[in-house]
Amino acid sequence: MPDSPATRAAAATPVRVARKIRGLSDRAIAWIFVAPTIFLLLAINIFPLIWTINLSFTNFKANRIGREVKNVGLRNYERILTDSDIWLNMQATAHFLFWTIFFQVLIGFTLAYLINKKFKGNDLWTTIIVLPMMLSPAVVGNFWKFLYQPQIGLFNYIVAFFTGKDPSSFEMLGSVNLAPWSIVIVDTWMWTPFVMLICLAGLRSIPDYIYEAAEVDRASKLRQFFTITIPMVLPFLMLAVLFRGIENFKMFDLVVQLTGGGPGSTTELTSINLKREAFEKWRTGYASAYAIILFVTVFGLASIYVKALNKVKER
Amino acid sequence: MKNLKLASVSVFAMAAASVASTAQAEDLTLCWAAWDPANALVELSKEFESQSGHKMSFEFIPWPNFADRMLNELNSGGKLCDLLIGDSQWIGGGAENGHYVKLNDFFDKENISMSDFADATVYAYSTWPKGTPNYYALPAMGDANGWFYRKDWFARDDIKAAFKEATGRDLAEPKSQKELLEIAQFFQGREIDGKTVYGASIFTERGSEGITMGVTSALYPWGFKYENTPGSYDMDGAVNSAEAVEALEFYKEFYETATPPGYTNSYMGESLDAFKSGQVAMAMNWFAFFPGLYADPNTGGDKIDFFVNPPQNNAGSTLGGQGISVVAYSDKQDAALEYIKWFANPEVQAKWWSLGGYSAHNSVLNDPGFKDSAPFAGDFLEAMGSVQDFWQEPAYAELLLAMQKRLHDYIVADQGTAQEALDKLVEDWTEVFEDEGKL
Repeated sequence: MPDSPATRAAAATPVRVARKIRGLSDRAIAWIFVAPTIFLLLAINIFPLIWTINLSFTNFKANRIGREVKNVGLRNYERILTDSDIWLNMQATAHFLFWTIFFQVLIGFTLAYLINKKFKGNDLWTTIIVLPMMLSPAVVGNFWKFLYQPQIGLFNYIVAFFTGKDPSSFEMLGSVNLAPWSIVIVDTWMWTPFVMLICLAGLRSIPDYIYEAAEVDRASKLRQFFTITIPMVLPFLMLAVLFRGIENFKMFDLVVQLTGGGPGSTTELTSINLKREAFEKWRTGYASAYAIILFVTVFGLASIYVKALNKVKER
Repeated sequence: MKNLKLASVSVFAMAAASVASTAQAEDLTLCWAAWDPANALVELSKEFESQSGHKMSFEFIPWPNFADRMLNELNSGGKLCDLLIGDSQWIGGGAENGHYVKLNDFFDKENISMSDFADATVYAYSTWPKGTPNYYALPAMGDANGWFYRKDWFARDDIKAAFKEATGRDLAEPKSQKELLEIAQFFQGREIDGKTVYGASIFTERGSEGITMGVTSALYPWGFKYENTPGSYDMDGAVNSAEAVEALEFYKEFYETATPPGYTNSYMGESLDAFKSGQVAMAMNWFAFFPGLYADPNTGGDKIDFFVNPPQNNAGSTLGGQGISVVAYSDKQDAALEYIKWFANPEVQAKWWSLGGYSAHNSVLNDPGFKDSAPFAGDFLEAMGSVQDFWQEPAYAELLLAMQKRLHDYIVADQGTAQEALDKLVEDWTEVFEDEGKL
């Protein structure tokens, strides 16, 4: 009999265990190995989800354990979906999502395209560019808060230098018009390197011979870019958009550090609002319904997106 | 043989006594906010350690996270704190949710009388339901929102002359809210010693309780009431009254015309920083910080003075301060009660005041020398005579966060009118009380 890994594993199995599993089908053995993971998944993910759905139909408050829990039917869902303040939070989240992804893809792809060109100091620049994403969001939030400070902040002075305005004449974090953009700028600064790295992987996966063949066919650089580079990098770009979309939909720490959701509720993203409902107001039933609505939204959008991504990959 | 027996009994008795004494000595943890008075309490508690044999540990949480951290601890039945100096607004939840030990029997047994403490503090820090003789805390730290200003700037001839020319009256501590605003507007953007300074630092913080504490300092002097009839939860017409609207518009004007640029999210720390860095002429903050401000080498001493929140239609100050409670989940309640008994002692209360804590004990407050014992002592007494507190209901967090949102939306984000903000607040609060089954 050849000395294969299977034979060696069989020889190493204790006799008692071997006797017990003898006669089990491959499928049964596979289930035995997978069962602990499935159990953990059920316990940690599925059970809480079902429990949350259950709570979303009640008036339960986690800080008032002794209080009578009443079934309120769809009232929590109705209140959330008809609450104009929550729709404003949704709008703020949509604004944040759209513009961060737009700028990160635009700048990230451009940087990746430039870094992909061989030049002196290429590695050093790559390292410098990826530094922001290595920092903690809490640290980034705090130091950008200083940068945005109207009286001593570097950001205001730089803007003032180029526009001739008084540095203390505008407040990035305190102005209703500027605050939504201030969080977009910081998130873009922090996470563009991530998109750049994914794009760089896409660009480096394009074989040189395709460009060489295009050169032979006398295709212009612009045509090569639109007919080779973009289509071949597109699946990577779409993946980056998916990652950033999911991450930014649940954005919390960075924005809390920067604006705390203010001024007023201008930058109060849904995740911040949800946290307030669940762990500051302790409206657990209401917050559960809120979480389910957000979950269904993200899950639905992500499913549609993944289908589109698969179609692009198949082309 | 007899000697041997005697020796054995003695050794046994000594061993038993030693075990008993070890069992009584506890390691108590007291939880509070991280601020100046907490350091004074550490110093004060050394005396308790030496007297009782118990060891005191402290868990001080920065103010912005204090409520979140402590309420989570209580809601989860945590055993971190044996004693908690919790905010006055927590008393309803602490009592109704069973977080705090009811102290009536203990007070009776130890002859601790609530009449020995200032009435306003007993009402605010100890009782639930409000005003009933059901005590869940001992008044630990009296406090109110007050004001301090640059006395040296107010005394300068050039500034006094400029103020007289601008307003037609003498520059002095304001006697009304409108005078306060006028002084702040006078200083706004003024050059003093080659530096641009601003009027005043006020509370505008969004995340915890800041802007509510600031705005109520304007609402109360305008005669703000939470209910038309106390205990009825009938808020329409009280919370959104014409006086309340006027007060809210006043605070917004104050924010827009008399505060430094960028003060969109400022609370205690920012107020202190603005004053100590010489950026503002006046600032609002809790009396608890005043000893530290007076001792500051750069802006304290003869450069600073204090005044009580000015009246408008009536006198009114926002209540701060806390009572000390025994946490119901503690395994060391007996030792914790010992601490409260010790703390209630008039001599300890006198030392508490001398170290920088604000005693609420009548023996301290009614002492003839109290008013002159510190430059802010008289103002403190005056403020405590007209304090008003926020809701202390078990659902206070929901009520507070609703107010934070409505006020910040109107004042800082400039959305809607004062009337709309207060009308929406009435709607929010009505919904909370309906959920609570009180409406």
